Formats: sequence, C-alpha cells, structure tokens
Amino acid sequence: MDSALIPEGVKRCSFGKFAIGIIIFGGVLLWGVYAMLLIWLKGLNQTNMNDYYGFALWIWADLGVIALGGGAFFTGLLRYVIGKDELKNIINYAVLIGFICYSSALLILAIDVGQPLRSWFIFWHANVHSMLTEVAFCLSCYFAVLTIEYIPLILENRQINKVPFFHNLAHNMHEVMAIFAATGAFLSFFHQGSLGGVAGVLYGRPFAFREGIFIWPWTFFLFTWSAAAYGPCFTLFITRLTEKISGKKLVKQNVIDLLAKISGWTMGTYLIAKIIDTWYWASVSAPARGFNLIDFYSNNPFYGIWILIAEIVVCGIIPALILLTPKGRNNSTLLFTAVSLACIGVLLNRWVMVLQVMAMPVMTFDNWVMYIPSWQEVATTILPVAYGIILVMISFRYLPIFPQERELNS
Amino acid sequence: MFPFSFEWIWDLSHMIFMGGLVYALTIIGIGMTYCILKTVVDTMHGKGGGQQH
Repeated sequence: MDSALIPEGVKRCSFGKFAIGIIIFGGVLLWGVYAMLLIWLKGLNQTNMNDYYGFALWIWADLGVIALGGGAFFTGLLRYVIGKDELKNIINYAVLIGFICYSSALLILAIDVGQPLRSWFIFWHANVHSMLTEVAFCLSCYFAVLTIEYIPLILENRQINKVPFFHNLAHNMHEVMAIFAATGAFLSFFHQGSLGGVAGVLYGRPFAFREGIFIWPWTFFLFTWSAAAYGPCFTLFITRLTEKISGKKLVKQNVIDLLAKISGWTMGTYLIAKIIDTWYWASVSAPARGFNLIDFYSNNPFYGIWILIAEIVVCGIIPALILLTPKGRNNSTLLFTAVSLACIGVLLNRWVMVLQVMAMPVMTFDNWVMYIPSWQEVATTILPVAYGIILVMISFRYLPIFPQERELNS
Repeated sequence: MFPFSFEWIWDLSHMIFMGGLVYALTIIGIGMTYCILKTVVDTMHGKGGGQQH
C-alpha cells in the first residue's frame, strides 16, 4: 500500500501490522493528551505537587530525557568535529533519538509551567541571574539545531527526494552540518551543565549543594560529563532494541564497538570524578553543614543507601567495565545489559538530584516528605514515550535512517 | 529582550546571556539562509532530481 514511500532495497512489515502498532501507541498518546488538556484547562491542582515538591516527576522526566538525548550532541561532535567517520552509520538514529528527547523535554516543560501562553516571558523578561534561563535559551536553540539535523533525513524520503529543490536542500544542509553540530555541542554543554548547576547551587539543601569553580558547582560538570557518557548508551540501547523488534541487523559491529568503547571510557572517567565528588561531599561538604552521609539515606521508607550503590556501582562501574573490555562489547547480551544498566543509572542520578533533594528534611522540625504523582502526571510523562515510539516507527519505515541496512540484510 | 527594552541593563550578565542567545540564533539563521539560497540557485541551474546521496 505504501511501498512507494519505503526506502529502496529494504523490507518492512505489512502496512496493516504497522497501522495496528500506530493505533495502539496512538491510544496511549491520546490518554496523555487528555491528561495534558486537563492540566492546561484546570491547572496544576491536577498534580500532586505541593510546597515541598515544586519540582516533581516532570522535572525528573525532563532531566532524564535530556541526559538520554545527549547521545545526539556527543555523537554529532565525534562525527562532524572530531572526525570519527564510522559514526556516520549511526548518527541519523542518534539525531532522531535526540530530536524525540528534546521535543519531549519541551513538551513536558510546556505542561509544567502551568501557563504555556506566557512561555515567551523567559526570553523577553529574562532573569539573567538564573541557570534555568540559560537552560531555556540553550534548550530552545539546541532543539532548533536538532530539527535542522532531522530535516535532511525527511527530505531523503524516496518520494520527497525526487523533487529537485528538496534534493538540493538536503544536500546543502549536509554540506554545512558540521557548523550546526558544533553549535549543538556548544549549546548542549551549557544546558546539560546548568541543569546540574541548578541542584549544586542550592546552599539550603545539603544533599544537593556542591562547591565548584567560580559560579559553577561540580554538579555542572558532572551533568555534562554524564550526558556525554550515558547518552550514546541510550542510542545503542534503542538501536539494539530496534534490531530485535525488526529482526534485522541495522548497524555493523565495528560502529557499535566504537561508540560503546568511547562511551565506556567517558563513563569510566565520569565515574572517577563522581566517586571523588561523592567522597568529598560525604566527608567534607555535608559534615560542614551538620549532616552525616547516613542522614541522607535513613529514617524514610524509600531512600536507602541502596540507591547510591545502585547508581554508582550496579548501574555505573559494572556497565563501564563491560563497555571497556573488547569481550564485553562483542558479546551481544552483555552489551545490551551494559547499555540498559547505564540508562537506568543516569535516570537514577537525575531522580536523586531532583526528588531526593526535595524529600530530605533540612530543618530540625522537618520530616522526610514522600511524593506519589497523580495519574495525570504519570499519563503526561508516558505521553512523550508513546510519541517517541510512533516517531521512531514512522521514521524507520519511511526514511533511510540506517545506511548499512541494505548491505547487512541482502 | 533587546537593549532598547526598559528592562535592559548594560551589565555583564545581560551581555553574556543575551549575547550568547543572539550569537547562537545568528549562526543558525545564517546557516539556514545560506542553505536555502544555495538550494534556490542550484535548482535554478537544473541540479538535483535524483537520489545521489
């Protein structure tokens, strides 16, 4: 039915099967849209946010998808600026994943601000002393860059590419892509960092507060570093998942191996910095403010020391070691386990830096405050996941995302 | 916010923040303008029309 739109030389499932998938995830998407409309029409009283939890599930999801989408800027930097040419075979997918992650982040923010009609205030009435202003600037600009990186892919659709103007536009955009990729890397460095900086400058919250250089707390650098390390893991995770679902080999092992190796080294160095930061925070920063390490992880029903061990050891050191060894990278199961654990690790990191910070008592009369999101918050957090799956399905079916697919499946 | 807005102050924070934003938008704008103009010229000269990528 739609075979004229499918890239030449590749096989896709029947249109009926594809349509059923779209309908299923479209249903989930509509559920999220309904919750989103409830929040926009009735207000933030639809959520379980309160004076303790001004930042809640959405901000965790926001920081999570931005970290996972970091694969786009880091892979783009490696491909276009550093010149790792092999990565041209996975960069399209990294861009698509980044586009989905960043559009999701902006959608979540549009819901979270409560009054989206005034979103432009952040540009016009900018508070130039706020790290979140920098995040808003960089996030918007970087989304524009990702859109520019995604457009040539759309223009390379079999039918669209027949139109000379679109064909030439795609070609010319490819020619100057290095400039856009470098701009994207510059923007990403700052907004990833500033998201970490927001937590690090909270001097009234000893769980999050960190020292640093000039105006930048250590969390600024750790967030950028972790996005560069864990973002490519998400690209590899989604690539492997797509291969399993489609039953096709999409990217050659040497490309996977290179990205996994770079990711492993970046994770390894990040973890050394993270462990030093945690040790200094536990032994110097927190005691200076009247807290011991165990105070942050006791007397509450959820946040035990397990969460620190899970983040640094289980979902940090173990996947890094797997990615650093050639045997680990070449074993499909081990590689998939490592990238899955890495994704969970960075999401755990963002969770504690958003929600545990809020839960932790800071006054002597305070208690731990737990938070359970409302169904509207859950639905609007699942909404971008459904949107992402639909966009991946459509892009995989109609766009030449994987240059090696034809060769690998002939 | 532009320098002629009443909220504008000529201090380092405003110059860095707003300067950075204008800088990024300028690169994106010039890049895309170049691509579109070159595409118009290429198309007028009869280039394109296949799938040569």
